[in-house]
Amino acid sequence: MYKPAGFDFSNELRNNFLVEKGLPLPKATSTGTTIVGCLFKDGIVLGADTRATEGPIVADKNCEKIHYITESIRCCGAGTAADTEFTTALISSNMEMHALQTGRKPRVVTAMTMLKQMLFRYQGHVGAALVLGGVDATGAHLFTIHPHGSTDKLPYVTMGSGSLAAMAVFESGWVPDMERDKALALVKSAIAAGIFNDLGSGSNIDACIITANSTEMLRNVEMPNQRVQKERNYKFRRGTTAWKKEDIRSLVVDEQVTQIGGDEMDTS
Amino acid sequence: MDHFPTNWGRPRNDAFDAYGTYPIHQRPQNGPKDAFVDGVQRTQQPIVTGTSVLAIKFKDGIMMAADTLASYGSLARFKDVQRLFPVGDNTVIGAGGDMSDFQYIQTLLDGLTIDEFTAQDGHTLGPAEIHEYLAQVMYARRSKMNPLWNALLVGGVKDGKKFLAFVDLLGTTYSASTLATGYGAHIAQPLLRKAVEGYENVLTEEQALKIIETNMKVLFYRDARSLNKYQVAIITEQGVRISESKTLDTHWSFAEGIRGYGAQTQ
Repeated sequence: MYKPAGFDFSNELRNNFLVEKGLPLPKATSTGTTIVGCLFKDGIVLGADTRATEGPIVADKNCEKIHYITESIRCCGAGTAADTEFTTALISSNMEMHALQTGRKPRVVTAMTMLKQMLFRYQGHVGAALVLGGVDATGAHLFTIHPHGSTDKLPYVTMGSGSLAAMAVFESGWVPDMERDKALALVKSAIAAGIFNDLGSGSNIDACIITANSTEMLRNVEMPNQRVQKERNYKFRRGTTAWKKEDIRSLVVDEQVTQIGGDEMDTS
Repeated sequence: MDHFPTNWGRPRNDAFDAYGTYPIHQRPQNGPKDAFVDGVQRTQQPIVTGTSVLAIKFKDGIMMAADTLASYGSLARFKDVQRLFPVGDNTVIGAGGDMSDFQYIQTLLDGLTIDEFTAQDGHTLGPAEIHEYLAQVMYARRSKMNPLWNALLVGGVKDGKKFLAFVDLLGTTYSASTLATGYGAHIAQPLLRKAVEGYENVLTEEQALKIIETNMKVLFYRDARSLNKYQVAIITEQGVRISESKTLDTHWSFAEGIRGYGAQTQ
């Protein structure tokens, strides 16, 4: 029997019938996120917040959303957390194989094409919204990849629920051919806009700077939501409670042992 | 004599059943009838719509801005519509949402202003009163399941006090030093907060204008229902000034070196 690649939809009719009858099917949880990428003079800066959510609950306060593809290609993931994690891991593995096969440094467009072809095959059911960036023999490239498999190539991109807040920062602050420090500051402030204005994003800022000869992963490069020392505590001062008598008892039970019969060593 | 006790005390309708010949359960309804009751429709969705309104506090008062577009779905239908409306000498309201409902609100407020003038009691309505009035109207209409489909910003200065507040079709109200409706709440609000919060009593008119211009530009870049023509209202102790429409200077050459959307190089 012919088995096509991708999802098996043979139970779809039955499942729709069951849903109609009132049986709820499990729903995949998706994460609110702010992820961004930005082109600068020498390469790419990627940025991400570190909050993972399950509906209204913060599941992880310091997760990693910048995934490894190859040494000089990285990928930020938004959407269904498991899908972004496993999709990038799979493509990362395939890229390594590709590099060994060809004996060259793999290109960003290769990763982009692998990702979009996989996501398109799954017709949006793999809920991965990605920002892919890296530097290869052909230069620095920055892409967004949507869950249905469409891609964009732009000098600055944002994704996730905080994408509007972050894009506002880029639209008002991005200029071509920025210096490294200015680009990093812009990415940080774009992620901060997402962290402070979008409820789906929060906690810390991760960044990754990729240039032709180095990749710097800046984990928790900014931590704007540190807990501060509590202003007051509710411990009573020593001596607050008055006492009228002191009674010290020994809790060790004394035992009198009487030796009956000899206890000498048998030397016969 | 009507011998049916259930008819006693009710207005008589001689046109129907003058002698009470119908069986009781078929008696015609003699009360007032609305022949058009089935024809009455309520606003289910906005039709001709305005997009975001922005407003911030600055040193001397309030600055509010809205573009001049009224869309018909995705069609840019009317490109020279004023969405900022002065009420009295101290207040401006800005409206997003359904433009016909906004025009109705304008007639309501005109009526209110005339009533207040006619009273000649030495009182004038300030922004806080106008906002309270609008909140009551909006909430009453939503409670009748017939909302006025708008999101409104009310800003003004009276007796040395700056006032800036929001009210929408549900009657929700809130107040802050930066406010934005519609798409602006997602795109412009983060930038406005960063630029204004903590500097409400420091920002000069020129600085505030610059902030507003930046944000209108970002909105025009990213809001598909917006226009590069907008008006600014400045409300200070001296009164209300609403500018002529200004045109934004925008740049679209940001991605000149980039080809295609994927592996293309030519």
